[in-house]
Amino acid sequence: MLQRLRENKSAQGTLLALPTTVWLFVLLIIPLILTLIVSFGRRSPDGDVIYTFTFDNYIRLFGYSTDCPEGQAACFDPLYVNILGRSLSLAFNTTVLVISLAYPLAYFIARAHPKKRNLYLFMVLIPLWTNFVIRVYAWMMLLRKEGAINIILGWVMNALNIPFTPLEMLYTPGAVLVGMVYEFLPFMILPIYTSLEKIETSLYEAAADLGANSIKTFLRVTLPLSMPGVVAGTILVFIPVMGTFIVSDILGGRQVILVGNLIQRQFLDARDPTFGSAASLILMIMTLIVTYFYTRKFGFGEEIVVA
Amino acid sequence: MNPFRRSPFVIAAAILVYTFLYAPIIGLILYSFNASRANVTFEGFIPSFSERVVMEGSLVKSAPCGPFHWYCDLAKNDDVAEAAGNTLTIAFTATIIATTIGTMAALALQRYNFKMKPFSQLALYIPIVIPEIVMGIGILTLFSQFFGWINETLNLSGDARLSLGMATVTMSHIAFMVPFVTLVVQARLQGFDKSYEEAAMDLGANEWTTFRRVTFPMIVPGIMSGALLAFTLSLDDFVITFFTNGPGSTTLPIYVYGLLRRIITPQVNALSTVWIMIVFTAVLLLQILQSRDSKQHS
Repeated sequence: MLQRLRENKSAQGTLLALPTTVWLFVLLIIPLILTLIVSFGRRSPDGDVIYTFTFDNYIRLFGYSTDCPEGQAACFDPLYVNILGRSLSLAFNTTVLVISLAYPLAYFIARAHPKKRNLYLFMVLIPLWTNFVIRVYAWMMLLRKEGAINIILGWVMNALNIPFTPLEMLYTPGAVLVGMVYEFLPFMILPIYTSLEKIETSLYEAAADLGANSIKTFLRVTLPLSMPGVVAGTILVFIPVMGTFIVSDILGGRQVILVGNLIQRQFLDARDPTFGSAASLILMIMTLIVTYFYTRKFGFGEEIVVA
Repeated sequence: MNPFRRSPFVIAAAILVYTFLYAPIIGLILYSFNASRANVTFEGFIPSFSERVVMEGSLVKSAPCGPFHWYCDLAKNDDVAEAAGNTLTIAFTATIIATTIGTMAALALQRYNFKMKPFSQLALYIPIVIPEIVMGIGILTLFSQFFGWINETLNLSGDARLSLGMATVTMSHIAFMVPFVTLVVQARLQGFDKSYEEAAMDLGANEWTTFRRVTFPMIVPGIMSGALLAFTLSLDDFVITFFTNGPGSTTLPIYVYGLLRRIITPQVNALSTVWIMIVFTAVLLLQILQSRDSKQHS
């Protein structure tokens, strides 16, 4: 038996990969299938799942409502569609902002003297590994009416003799956007840096020799060659932003509700796991569609591994 | 042309982005020395040391630990100690298991061909392309349905009933950590010079000896950085833990999240500061390890 195993390469490989595959099958694939099954179910009065086959949850999610004014039997309720739209546009805005902040910094690090690069990278890693919840809390303290931003603005305005009333920044969509950008910025810096660092300096020299100015060199050499990093970073930012609920929970209060909050509440407060499951599958499908079209257009960056 | 020349625009932008990255962290640390209990505005440092805590309204005037009052307060907080213990227990257990099975999978995927291979590879990519919350609620559904079924069929009651806790959190952590370990170790195996192994075999070592004496020592740095990455991911995790924890398995991120929804004293800032310092040390270690590794490699 042992002798046979020693000669059978395929069996050895199967055996080595087996624990991981089984683990991921049980705790990833089965849960996904289960979510799918539950999403077609119905909620029992005490919050349990009744297994049936109904599209009710999906129909409700896309705006069909029986709770209508003026005795109508059914009408369109945009509540959940709006939540989906809001999450999608927030994820889009966050990604664009994150790219515009991350690119210059990644470029700065990649073109720094090799001896200093590690220090600069280290400075990106510290905020990255500082706990997610703590980072949201830090922004809560800054954005508060009595927080540091209002204090500093107050000083500046005072010095300029302009009357100043503290701004209401916490619990607004803007606060959520800033929080999201802050949370996910490092995930964009690292992959862009990795692809920028790979570019040979001789390419820049060649471009200069051929008469390209620095703007042209950037547009024709640097930018195209760093696209894999931007693509990988976008995947690392866009997908989690779509599903995050802490940032909107803490910085948005009850004002900014995203798909993540919707799902979380179905599983905790509202206790309707069937509706929550349907929402989470729609979320998954939305991210997969966006990722698919995006990667088909730009390719799947291998830089994804570094972060 | 100097290849390291950067335009003033790039330098200014970099300074701006670094400020954006660090201002919240510095603010957080500063407020951990706040004299104000309410922690709404910064009311200055706690000025003096004394035998006992002296308050003036919500201001701490003096305390046994002086400016470090909130750190002493933190040290006395049993909930924090318990949460920290849970966090570390989960992280250690999950890292050991995830690193072991993840390394095995990396070897399998890199060195062998087998029927299950495409499936294993696909499963490893899933956690990267789906939002964490989807994974979290899926696992929650699995555990609650399965436990409900077991409890009912075996007629368990009281403490014997299966429920969410340390075990479910640890198992779920392993599930999202394994892909990262495998990717890191696989990357290491890709850059591996096979001639060392061939030489060992030529010299009469069998496969197991070759693995033990040649392959394994060479991939140890890769395994170590994979393990450290997995460990940090576990310490940092909020979403998966949020859905899989139960009574008695509160981790630090869950604990802090709970505090944020109630009254916040500078104790939260003290806790955050200690955490940031630990992370700082860990990242520093990781960097040193990796730079040593790359030096050996070249």
